[in-house]
Amino acid sequence: MKRREFLKTSGLVAGVGMVPMFRYLPASAAGRDDTVVVVLPNGPNSMDIHRSGTNRPSYAIAVNVYDRLVSFGTKVLENGTSMYNYQDIVPELAESWELAPDGMSMTFSLRKDATFHDGSPVTAEDVKWSFDRAVSVGGFPTVQMKAGSLEKPEQFSVVDPHTFKIDFIRKSKLTLPDVGVPVPIIINSRAALKQATEKDPWALEYMHRNPLGGGAFMVDRWDPGVQIVYQRFDDWKSGPMPGVERVIVREVPSASTRRALIEKGDADISLDLPARDFRELADGGKVVVQGAPIENSMYALGLNMNFEPFKNKLVRQAVAYSIPYKEIFEAAAYGRGVPMYGGKSMKPATIDWPQPYPYDTDYARAKELLAEAGYKDGFEVPISFNLGFADWSEPAALLVQEGLGKIGVKSTLDKVPGANWRTKALVEKSLPMHMKNFGGWLNFPDYYFFWVYQHGHLFNSMNYRNEEVEALVAATLNLPIEDPAYEPNVKRMLEIAFDEVPLIPFYQPFLDVATQKNVKGYEYWFHRQLDVRNLSKGSV
Amino acid sequence: MKRFGMIGRRLSQAIPSIIGIIIVTFLLTRALPGDPAVYFAGPAADEQSIAEVRAALGLDRSLPEQFWLYLGDLTRGDLGVSISTGRPVIEELATRLPASLELTLVALIFAIGTALPLGVLAATRPNTWVDHLCRVVVTAGVSLPVFFTGLFLVYIFYYIVDLAPSPLGRLDIYFIAPDHVTGFYLIDSLIAGDLETFTASLAQIILPAITMGLFVLAPLARMTRASMLQALGSDYIRTAQASGLARSKVLFAYAFRNALLPILTTLGMVFSFMLGANVLVEKVFAWPGIGSYAVNALIVSDFAAVQGFVLSMAILFVLINLAIDVLYTVVDPRIGIEG
Amino acid sequence: MAVLDPVGTEKESALAAWWRHFRYVVSENPVTLLAFCLFGTFIVLALFGPWIVPFDPLASDTANALQAPSWKHWFGTDNLGRDVFSRVVVATRLDFMIAFSAVALSFVIGSMLGCLSGYYGGWTDRIVGRSIDTIMAFPLFVLAMGIVAALGNTVENIVYATAIINLPFYTRVARAEVNIRRHAGFVDAAKLAGNADARLLAFHVYPNILPPMMVQVSLNLGWAILNAAGLSFIGLGVRPPSPEWGIMVAEGATFIVSGHWWLALFPGGALMLAVFCFNLLGDGLRDLIDPQRRT
Repeated sequence: MKRREFLKTSGLVAGVGMVPMFRYLPASAAGRDDTVVVVLPNGPNSMDIHRSGTNRPSYAIAVNVYDRLVSFGTKVLENGTSMYNYQDIVPELAESWELAPDGMSMTFSLRKDATFHDGSPVTAEDVKWSFDRAVSVGGFPTVQMKAGSLEKPEQFSVVDPHTFKIDFIRKSKLTLPDVGVPVPIIINSRAALKQATEKDPWALEYMHRNPLGGGAFMVDRWDPGVQIVYQRFDDWKSGPMPGVERVIVREVPSASTRRALIEKGDADISLDLPARDFRELADGGKVVVQGAPIENSMYALGLNMNFEPFKNKLVRQAVAYSIPYKEIFEAAAYGRGVPMYGGKSMKPATIDWPQPYPYDTDYARAKELLAEAGYKDGFEVPISFNLGFADWSEPAALLVQEGLGKIGVKSTLDKVPGANWRTKALVEKSLPMHMKNFGGWLNFPDYYFFWVYQHGHLFNSMNYRNEEVEALVAATLNLPIEDPAYEPNVKRMLEIAFDEVPLIPFYQPFLDVATQKNVKGYEYWFHRQLDVRNLSKGSV
Repeated sequence: MKRFGMIGRRLSQAIPSIIGIIIVTFLLTRALPGDPAVYFAGPAADEQSIAEVRAALGLDRSLPEQFWLYLGDLTRGDLGVSISTGRPVIEELATRLPASLELTLVALIFAIGTALPLGVLAATRPNTWVDHLCRVVVTAGVSLPVFFTGLFLVYIFYYIVDLAPSPLGRLDIYFIAPDHVTGFYLIDSLIAGDLETFTASLAQIILPAITMGLFVLAPLARMTRASMLQALGSDYIRTAQASGLARSKVLFAYAFRNALLPILTTLGMVFSFMLGANVLVEKVFAWPGIGSYAVNALIVSDFAAVQGFVLSMAILFVLINLAIDVLYTVVDPRIGIEG
Repeated sequence: MAVLDPVGTEKESALAAWWRHFRYVVSENPVTLLAFCLFGTFIVLALFGPWIVPFDPLASDTANALQAPSWKHWFGTDNLGRDVFSRVVVATRLDFMIAFSAVALSFVIGSMLGCLSGYYGGWTDRIVGRSIDTIMAFPLFVLAMGIVAALGNTVENIVYATAIINLPFYTRVARAEVNIRRHAGFVDAAKLAGNADARLLAFHVYPNILPPMMVQVSLNLGWAILNAAGLSFIGLGVRPPSPEWGIMVAEGATFIVSGHWWLALFPGGALMLAVFCFNLLGDGLRDLIDPQRRT
């Protein structure tokens, strides 16, 4: 009784009438049916995905606490893991949508019974304000909206309180999926405008700490650096009612500790463990490991075209033949991935993406090519990687170093701290040889090429420029995949990538999570954050 | 009165150091690699948005200008906003400092409680196997990296033996932090009369405190032994013993009190050292303290956070030294007179 | 075992006297003997390590990764299949080099600064004093972190960072000792004899202040290695694939929970032995040089 009174008087936890259990009683915290305990390395640093400086884990807030117009359906992989279905766009806030006959606009019919967390109804005004905000704040959200050709507030209009229209600047297959990514959240505009000021018309200051959404969960409490606790919004209408009432997401920086916690049963879900731990947990059988290959993503080696030896295609191919792929797959991926080497031919047979590049370990061939290019005596090069990804990058880099050593190329390892990495690798593009791990949200190969192979774009850290690729990407990016030109264009892009090889892939990584056996409903999403709306706890 | 004069004098002596610290920290953070503007601008940002962010952060101005602005902010108590957590630095410090202090103090209590008896024991039986054993034991504690001890203790006591609670930080998942009075969960929960939270906080703090305490056993024990030996060998002790006073009285009422001074000095050193060593222990035990905050801030070149952290540590250091000096005068009345 | 030859029965050479003193100290304190032997072993390993190890410390063999200790691999293999025993032995050299360079640097520069400020006093003293206070006001490990993060994680920078944070101690001790002796009889005599200040400091004052600092040197050696290990744990340590105890412990630490204890235990044990050895050596040196200051 004392504890309940304490809770009431402290007023910290509103609406949770249940008495918290302590460790010493038989029913441990993680065992409760209505609560899921998640541990991860880093938590959100903001409640607002539109704010500049917001980190990746903050996207989880956008996913769970806010609605979007549409979402994606589910499909199940061969290994039993559920993942979002890219091809299946399902209603969320919008009940239905219609493409105009001329294909240059789309009209969304909104649910009439949806409300925000404070009880006020969701209207098309809110949707317009939110979309305007997304394209106006600049930074990452605006760039992401642009990827789907959502660029100006003039494109968005309110037809009536429950009908919202988007006018297209150009036709693009990416527009509708882009409406389902975490960025275009639907914000309670009336509540936000109350907090807006002249200097801050989008209420960025307020929403940084206070979410104003209508999604399936509310934020019960946020202790930055420690935990975030989600509380189910029982009046949620935009989808099936979530199976758990509370989700506690706790920050635990040490990977070993996260592993110990899940093995001991003190956590229900553990995210972001090293690949080796996932493999051992999967083999161990005490917990369930679910892994899905991260779409449109490869762990690869980037060769900078501004570095003299790499200007020669033969040198790059030589490097591609000198990499100990199989050892890297064992020592960095521990089998938790899809190999991206050993392709059969220099001409791609399909446009499956990602697909293996036609290189495998062949030191003799590598030495030949190197000699042909005039570098018989080798050269020296540093191998750079992001400290934050040392888990896989370091063993991979060490093995690449060994492989290069066998063909006479001397290398040193260059560990770059996270903050510096983006500047050196992506902005200055100054690293001669570096590890790459880009993964695109929208699952098309041309989308990957747009970001990674097009000159001057952020993730083209190789300073690669090929006029044919430039033309192909520009032509293909907005083509629907049914268009007859689509497949041959993509095949040609792949062929060039295979031959020129400024980027040498190792493998497509899995996104793994470890869960207790009684936790159901985990789904892999392209944004790689945990969508807690489908979770439930059944009997083992 | 003399004491207040001494305190005032010490404080004024510390001011040049603090100025030096402000300057050095500012330069050091500016020398850190990484561009906060790039970080702030977020993934997939282009050159233009990065330039915008840089201007908004004031990073495009000259170094002296930035320093001047920083000083101005300091006088208003504005330590800036932390990039990594999005909160004002001063808020972060206010929540995290008590966490680290609590850990450090408990570790210190453990260390003192173990090292002092060991040191006294060794001093009363010099050069026997007891003495050598004590020396070996405390030296072993200081010879292992702190994070290694921590991980090993977690492995044995949590994972294998299941005695310790999960290393999830200050409080287990289901406990709510007690009402904020001092920020120390142990004290606040007692003030609120909440015994369960007290026990839970205690359970969480034991392992990290032992890990940290082990590391500072050696200097404390050695210093205790040395100064006790010196005290025991002095004339007044011999007189006391010759006069027939009981051994325990001689030991504790006279020898120990006289031996305290050097121990206090070591204590001060040890305390400041622990505040820095927090960094590693906090990482292992997910302790939301100032050390782990500083490491993260350093890695992401979070200027404001690093500056705020170092400044607060420095001020704490000055205050601790001051406290030690005051304690001196309490222990040894002669010292106050010299000032 | 303390058998003393009666003093004065014959004229001993200085070396013989010293040797007798050494044996006496060691017999009083067998642990010191152990420390000296251990130190000797480490020096041998540091000098000859790379030639006496069974495997190439850098050669990976992923097919044999994470093998438990066996007759073939005495300390087992790590996650890339490298032989842990070879790596631990070869790491001795790098670790000792880091420790000795860092401590030597801080010792030389620190004691010089302390000498100057203790001898001349005035502004020199004030400036040096304030600078030292500034350094000491930083949480030492964070300062080391900051320096390495700013300058880059090379072995040189780790040495510099460690040297800087150890500087204050030597400066203070030197300053205090020089201060005491500033007006001592022999100093005045040497001045009267016409010695320049610099010569005075170098040849008369300095040798006298060495003893108390020498002892701390051995303690700082251990601290320097632990510092490098701590830096490795947060990712700012020596670059892979160089074998270094600290980085091996830091990487191996993540393998403890999965039951591969040998990756961290053996380098950790070597590290502990080395630091242990330095600490005990410090005690022995103190007894040897100046028994009155025993702790």
